[in-house]
Amino acid sequence: MKKRTAGRKALYVILVVYAIITVIPFLWALSSSFKTLGEIVSGSINFIPKEFTLDNYKQIFTREPLFGRWLFNSLFIATVGTLLNLLFNSMAGYALARLSFPGKKSIFLMILAVLMIPFQVTLIPNFLILKELGWLNSYQGMIIPGAVNATFIFMMRQFFINFPKEVEEAAAIDGLGRFGTFFRIVLPLAKPALAAQTIFVFMAFWNDFMRPLIILSDQDMFTLPLGLNSFKGQFISFWNYIMAASMVFTLPIIVLYAFFNRYFVKGIKFTGDK
Amino acid sequence: MKMLSKKDRREAGQGYLFLLPALLVLGVFVIAPILYAVFLSFHKVELIGGATYEFRGLDNFMKVTFDDRAIIALKNTAIYVAIVVPTQTFLALVLAASLNAGLKGQKFFRIVYFLPTLTSSAVLTLIFMWMYNQNGLINYVLKFLNLPTYNWIGDPDVALIAIMIMNIWATAPFFMVIYLAALQDIPDSHYEAAELDGAGPIQKFWHITVPNLRPVTSFVVIMGLIGTFQLFDQSYIFSGGSGGPNNSTLTVVLLIYQYAFKTLGTMGYATAIAFMLAIIILVATLLQRKFSKEESLY
Repeated sequence: MKKRTAGRKALYVILVVYAIITVIPFLWALSSSFKTLGEIVSGSINFIPKEFTLDNYKQIFTREPLFGRWLFNSLFIATVGTLLNLLFNSMAGYALARLSFPGKKSIFLMILAVLMIPFQVTLIPNFLILKELGWLNSYQGMIIPGAVNATFIFMMRQFFINFPKEVEEAAAIDGLGRFGTFFRIVLPLAKPALAAQTIFVFMAFWNDFMRPLIILSDQDMFTLPLGLNSFKGQFISFWNYIMAASMVFTLPIIVLYAFFNRYFVKGIKFTGDK
Repeated sequence: MKMLSKKDRREAGQGYLFLLPALLVLGVFVIAPILYAVFLSFHKVELIGGATYEFRGLDNFMKVTFDDRAIIALKNTAIYVAIVVPTQTFLALVLAASLNAGLKGQKFFRIVYFLPTLTSSAVLTLIFMWMYNQNGLINYVLKFLNLPTYNWIGDPDVALIAIMIMNIWATAPFFMVIYLAALQDIPDSHYEAAELDGAGPIQKFWHITVPNLRPVTSFVVIMGLIGTFQLFDQSYIFSGGSGGPNNSTLTVVLLIYQYAFKTLGTMGYATAIAFMLAIIILVATLLQRKFSKEESLY
């Protein structure tokens, strides 16, 4: 038994050391966001600020008047984009799982093939198409091309295939049509699958850097990752501001995680790398 | 073709209606762009005023072989993939196996480990740039341990290593979660049998855990390959978009971005490089499948 406790101690050491390695960058960023510029520049290494200040959080909104706007843009694009994904991916997944129509198999294979294409290939033509549509620098240019996701169409199809048919039959007997059944009965029962999708789609929109970099050129259309990048260029040695801005940006995702965290592991199997 | 009954026809109509938004978006923003990309890769594209195209045959594809920056970008990306994928996979496996040992506080560790996955690449890069500062936290720790310090952001010899460390740290926990789900499916009886044979924890890890997880490892490695070959955000923010210092953080995708949107007349060339990257990723994925000789579970 003695050997066993030694093994357990070793495991705890691994876990604790790695937990510290994981947390330190965040604590360091958080602590820097409460420090004065003087303390930042002095290069002193202390996690508890000598002079605790909330000023940085006020300053980022006044020094960079667009900061609030960037926050809004990010929230708006991610929220609308996520809602459209939930609706469209579920509808497509439901049709592929439950309805029969000519060409279904080839459509399904096409969606599987879409999964394999790296986004760099479509990036440049997408830019030209958006330019042609006059959608560069617009919300729709950011939202519509990402309003559907082949991965989650596939996931929803798998979900609806295992969904009990009897529920829908009962709804049909009660006189609900196809659309009524889908929106009032099927969709509300698909909550676990929708929750997993919400997290991953929202995170993808919220954290996306490359697409906004290419599509958005006006400062006041920027999303937060772009804003942060330009903010860094402007205030290069003001790490207290940059860290405060980073913290504001990270908070909404942590809140989302707190709400949906039990769906994370379920959803993670269906998605690729971040 | 057989005639559809009225009911069947109605169902077919509903099916198409349900699929319509998805097909429209995928058609306009994925399928059409692929065909467009094929076209672009064979042309020289000028974007002054409207777009003009000049047919160049395979020139764009041949150009790579004598473009020094393309070769540097490919080399940087290859080194990055070769180091990051095995390291993050191994780290993810060790962490998952440790977490799965039934210790107290599992939930707590899991939440903590998940922080980097939740955080955006832009924020993580900024936090690390602050820590990599010349008199920042990381150099302070190194000095404390009597190790040499570096100019992490400005020295071409270490800048890419700095990004590697950051990304291994950021992605290993994501893959850990995938391993964790699979570990819970290994029956306890396997471990009990090994214990009766006198196997210690390390033997159990190598002889039971690792072989049982082979299909998942295959999935994790493929996901890792796809992700690492596409490195962009971190290099861009780290170098302010240049791929510097001295091209040391220039990756293939960053180069595609520069040729497509920062220099004139090279958009067709950028598309050709994007195709070649897609093929490299595909080949790497297929090779990995062949070597692991296991049907992937996912």
